[in-house]
Formats: sequence, structure tokens, C-alpha cells
Amino acid sequence: MSTDTDFLGRPLVAITGIGVVSSLGRGVEANWDALTAGRSGIHAITRFSTENLRTTIAGTVDFMPVEPLTSSDLSHALAEAAGLEALAMAGTKAGAFGGPLFLAAPPIELEWQHRFALDRADGAIDEPGYDRLLEIARRNHSADIYALTLFNRISERLADRFGTRGLPVTLSTACASGATAIQLGVEAIRRGDCERAIAIGTDGSVTPEALIRFSLLSALSTQNDEPAKASKPFSRDRDGFVMAEGAGALVLESLASARARGAEVLAVLAGCGEKADDFHRTRSKPDASPIIATIRAGLDDAGLDAGAIDYINAHGTSTPENDRMEFTGLSAVFGDRLAETPISSNKSMIGHTLTAAGAIEAVFSVLTLRTGVLPPTINYANPDPAIPLDTVPNTARRQPVRAVLSNSFGFGGQNVSLVIAAPPQ
Amino acid sequence: MKKTAQDVLITGIGLVSSLGEGIEAHLDRLGREALPQPVIETDAYAPYFVHPLPPIDWTAQIPKKGDQRQMETWQKLGTFAAGLALADAEIPADETVRSRIDMIVAAGGGERDPAVDALVMQRARGLASPQAVVNETLANELRPTLFLAQLSNLLAGNISIVHKVTGSSRTFMGEEGAGISAVATAAARIAAGQSRICLVGGAFSAERKDLLLNFELGGFLLRDEWRPVFARTPGHDGFAPGSVGAFLVLEAADHAAERGATAYARLAGTHGDRGPREEGATRARLAEMLDRTGLRDEDLLILSGAAGLAEPTGWERALLRERYPEATQRAYGTLFGHAFEAHFTAGIALAAGTLSRRLSLPPFDRGEERAARGEPSRALVTTVGHSQSEGLCVLERLGGR
Repeated sequence: MSTDTDFLGRPLVAITGIGVVSSLGRGVEANWDALTAGRSGIHAITRFSTENLRTTIAGTVDFMPVEPLTSSDLSHALAEAAGLEALAMAGTKAGAFGGPLFLAAPPIELEWQHRFALDRADGAIDEPGYDRLLEIARRNHSADIYALTLFNRISERLADRFGTRGLPVTLSTACASGATAIQLGVEAIRRGDCERAIAIGTDGSVTPEALIRFSLLSALSTQNDEPAKASKPFSRDRDGFVMAEGAGALVLESLASARARGAEVLAVLAGCGEKADDFHRTRSKPDASPIIATIRAGLDDAGLDAGAIDYINAHGTSTPENDRMEFTGLSAVFGDRLAETPISSNKSMIGHTLTAAGAIEAVFSVLTLRTGVLPPTINYANPDPAIPLDTVPNTARRQPVRAVLSNSFGFGGQNVSLVIAAPPQ
Repeated sequence: MKKTAQDVLITGIGLVSSLGEGIEAHLDRLGREALPQPVIETDAYAPYFVHPLPPIDWTAQIPKKGDQRQMETWQKLGTFAAGLALADAEIPADETVRSRIDMIVAAGGGERDPAVDALVMQRARGLASPQAVVNETLANELRPTLFLAQLSNLLAGNISIVHKVTGSSRTFMGEEGAGISAVATAAARIAAGQSRICLVGGAFSAERKDLLLNFELGGFLLRDEWRPVFARTPGHDGFAPGSVGAFLVLEAADHAAERGATAYARLAGTHGDRGPREEGATRARLAEMLDRTGLRDEDLLILSGAAGLAEPTGWERALLRERYPEATQRAYGTLFGHAFEAHFTAGIALAAGTLSRRLSLPPFDRGEERAARGEPSRALVTTVGHSQSEGLCVLERLGGR
């Protein structure tokens, strides 16, 4: 049997459990079936009125029993479902996990439904605004509404449910958040702080205001007429991402610990790379140097060169900017090999799950390794000639995979690349 | 590969509070005044109390007006304090140096536009289905860039843009616990050789009615009569939010030595936990964390980050008195107000500065706090979150700076 440590003598980090929820369904099986069949989870929004919105489609998750619906509660429900699936797969007991929790969760705040409910109360100055709401709140304390404004509320509930150890970390690196949660877990295990950790990325925050905010930055696709075809990464007519919801969870564990308890090792989290961009709040540095540094750091951390990567799980948001910059960065690192390295974007089917994306796409990367099936990039009818790639167009492909590179690049300049590899023999 | 554990040093401090700008200004004030007077805004947010920002020349740390315009107060405050910390650590504004510095920011969310929110509420009144009007109003009235001033991770993004810190960038969220985890994670990474130098801290802007509304819904705000933290009693308790930007440069001892940096103090252990907020369980968690520090009651300064909620503040204070009867205990929220994500690093900043200057801190509250018995050689900084999360850390004095 091979060693339990990596090329630097650090503990190897095994993935022993995965769980996922997306607009395609609940659970690993439902998601993988849909993803490899090239099905889209993007649809017209029915959760709220989209009148006067430029974008009226999303990959919302509408089948979770959350009532009344709030971003905090839905994000929690998604994280809990993915987490419980991952814990069960890992053969660890929910309620007695015993390792730390790293949770990527969306920023939350008081919601409009609550502002309106307060504003309907009587007995305060009439002028609408926060002075009035404060006056009303003074006589109408609500611990329940307050709890919905707490950023650590989701991790608090999960910590109790899963029996995680210590103070959970709730984090955001925007669209890289899910990958950052995994990275924090890997680092904790490598330090010897713990034998196992659970990393979750969750996002249930599709609201009218969130859509408007992204619309005002011209980030969203407005191809509302055929929702399933709107997310078209690497296509010439791509015009923005499609907001979506979901959660991904991974149980990370030192390989030594997994072997000692006879747990099945699904894959190894071989490397994490990170580099921040200092160029602009929404745009990447034109020379792609932070993206290049991120990918290189991920490969270096795994002790691999680009030639060892069999498949790339792209960030691939379907925005004009991201897909071009991701291509530029990958070209610099992979050189001529890029043309023959298959790369696909799960976001073509599940949309951009924002805070959850890095974790969900890591789960799909594990499944790619396990099954030897590359999920396609759907809606690839009109290739962008400026970014020639083997995007696994439209139909899944069978191909053995030993190592996957999964990219996540955040709004605000936070970039993470993960290298996920088959378990050592 | 287990590397030799590295000592973690505090080599830079960036502190802004209602008391002033910079760690030196804070220490000067505390060294000079026999009973330091907090700065409190009593009118603008009555019946609540807010510790406001001092006058700040933002340009000193955020030279480009264009950058300033992209941020609201919360992000400006954090970016400013981060710049102070980097300058205080004498890290040159050289991109090749700063591109190797790691960063963990503890952040909440940014300011809303209160005028737009008021307009939305006005237009929605009386409508059975207001969503279409809400959509139209928000889409037409929100400034496109306001979102960037609201996103939690954009404080870190702004620090990268303005100060060129790009080695890594992580934003922790979750009120007081975010600050605790940020320090604990940065220190653990340095001790294990995963990082050499890390900028860590947060900012909290208290003069926000959108946040005051949340806190009032939770029933947490001190009102009508201000008292120091330890003097707040059941029925007359709560917190007074305080604007604070507090960043630290944490550094491996050998890295600091290589570049000839002097340190304020050694960070000797950081611990965080959470669990049910009732007396026995909370006390047991705090006691267990104190056990792990191995801290002795000798030349000890305790800077308690108690929020001013009578129950948890009382539990913490009783435990600390029992364990460390000789220690000098101060509630730093009396002076700073309660600063959420920035609260823990603000306490550490004050402790590190106090140790380094060999200052005997005056009582912040003559009724409840005793005069110090000489210069402290170590400090315990605690933060018991207002509703969840607890953490503490120990600092040890070095040769001086």
C-alpha cells in the first residue's frame, strides 16, 4: 500500500463523502444522471413576480420544504441536505462528526418581507424609512427575524445537527467561496489540527434584489426566452451568467484516518492554489497573471504539472469576460496541451451557484474521476473562435480521468484552483 | 512533514476607533488620562448610543478618490485600518513584497441606501402585490456600484486593489466569531509554516440605522442611559455599537527577523468555540479554552470584550475573577463600543500596544475596575459574542519596540 503522505511529507487528504443539491435535483445520483444526460436546470422564475426585471430566469431550487422562504433558511436547508448526504456516504454519524465545519454561505440581510411587515404596523411616525422601522421595532422585538440577519446562523444550526467540533468558519470569497471552504479544510488536516473536516458551499439567495444588483453590473444573461439555453459558456453569443442555487458538501479526512477505519476513499484533494487580483472590483487583470498564478499554485501544491491533468472543470460562467480570461490563463499554463485537454462547464446546466459553485463543482469533479464520464458543456452551438477549447460539447464523453483541475474565480478578485485526483493505489 | 512550530508575532497594528486613529494615539490617550472618557454620540441615534468614527483623512491610506468613491464607510474604514497596519509593520508599498502577504478579513455586510429603501416602502404601501413596483424602484434607483460596497468579500477586494496584498484573500463572516476564527486561522497557518506573514482584521461601521434596526429587533441595544460595560445590570443592559477598524500584521518570528522587524508581542494561543448560551455550558467552554492556554495569574492584563449584555458579561467576569484574582481586568467595549467582526482584533491591538509600551492601563470605569498593579507582561483578550461564539487569546510581552 502506498504512503499516507504527499510529495512534501504532508498528510494526504482523502474525500470520503460527497453530497449535492442543485436545480437538477437532490442528491448525488439525481444530479449526476441529469448532468451526464446534458439536462439543464435553468427555468423561468416562479418564486416571485419578475415583472420589470431584465432577467427572469434562474436555477432556483424550488423543491426544498422551507416555509416561510428566506435566503438564510433555504441556504441552510440546502447545506443540511448536502451535508447529511456526505456524512452518510462517509459512514460518519450525523450528530457526532467531531471535526470542524467550513461553510461557504451567501451574505444575508433583513429581507423585504420583514421590512414591509414592520412598515404595516401602527403607532410610529408616518414617514417611511429606518427611523420609522426602528420606532416600530422598539415595541416589536423578534428574535426570529433577528436570527435571519446573523451571518453565522446557518453554521450554528449545522454545527448542532452534525456535531462538528469547535467554532465553525463561515466564509465568502464570492464565486470562489466553495473552493475556499475546501481549501481551509485541507489546510487544517495538513496541519494536524484535525483528522477530518466537512466543507460545504451553499447558496439559496435568488431574490429580486439580488437579480437586480447583478443586472445593474451587466453580469446576467438576459436570454430569457429559452431558459435552458441561456447559459452557454465558451460560446460566441454568451451574454452573462444565470443565477442559481444549490449546495455541495465534502467530507475531507486524512488518508491515514480513512484507511484506518476502512472508509472508501472516493478521491484525494491533492492541491489548492490561491491568488488574489488587485486590478479591479469586477474585472480580472488584463494579463491574467492572478489566474495564471492561481492555477500554477494549485498544480504546484499537488506536485503535478499541467500534463498530469486529464480534465478541467471550468469556472466557465458564460460571461464574456470570465470565459475569455479563463482561456487566457489556462493557455499560459497548459500551452499547446490545452487544445487536447477536455474542459467543460457544469454551469451550462446548473447555472452559477455563486457561493456554492466551488463545492458543487468539486463534487462533480469527484464523480468525473469515479465514473470516467466527462459531463458536457451544453448549449455549445456557436463556438467562440477566440477561445478554441475542447469543451466536451453538448454530449457527455467516456474517458478515464486520473486528475481534475477545478477553477473558481470570484467577483472581487479572489481565485482558487483545486486539484482532485484518483486515490493512490 | 511537521515543521518546527513557528512563533507568531504581532508586527503591525492598524487601529481606528472613536478614540482616534492609530495605535499610538490610543496609547497616548490611555497613558495620559486617569479615567479615559469614551466618545459617544447620544443624539443622532437616540435612545441608543453609538461610538462614532473620529474625523479621518481617508486620502492618507486610500490615495485615489476613485477608490474612495467605490466604497461606503465600512469598506473605507477597513481599507484605511489595513493600510495603517501595513505601514506600522514597515512593509514597503512594493508589489513584489505585498503580493506575498496573506490576508484574512472578518466582515459583515455593507451599507444599504436608506433613501432608496424608504422610497420602496413608500411606493409599496397599500399594494396587495407590491413586487412589480419594488422591482421597478430598485432597478431604477439603486446605484450600480452600491452592490460592490455591500459584498462582504469586497473589503478584502479593496485592500488588494489599494494596498496590493494578494498572497491570498479570505473573508470570514459571522459577527464576533468571524474575527476570532480569522485570528485563529492566520496564527495556525503561520505556526505550521503554511503562511509567513498575514494581514488579519476587520471593520465595523456603527452609524447605520439599517444595522441598528436589526439589533433592536433582537432586543440587544443599550438605551436611555449610557453606562460602562461592567456596570450594565439586568434590565439596563445591552451593547452600544462602536465604529472600529482593527487590523494586525501577524508574522513568523524568523520572517520578522529576516526583514529586521520589531514586534509588539507574541501571540501565544488563540481559541474559539460555540454552543448553547446558558450559564453552565458557556462557563464550561470558556474554562476549557482557558485551560488550554495554561495561563498563570501573574502580571496579567485581561482585556474583556464583553458586549454589555448582563448575563453573559456576568458569567465571563465571575469566571475570570475566580481564575485570575490578581489580574487587571478591563472591558474594552466601554471605550470602543461593541464592534462585532472587528471586536476581537481591536482587543488584541490594544493589548499588544499596552504590553509593548509597558503601560499600566487606567480603569475604564472607576466603579467596577481596579487600578492596575504595575506593568503587565502578558495579556488575555476575550470576546464573548453577543448571541453566539466565544474566543480568547493570550499575548506575551517581548523585549519591546
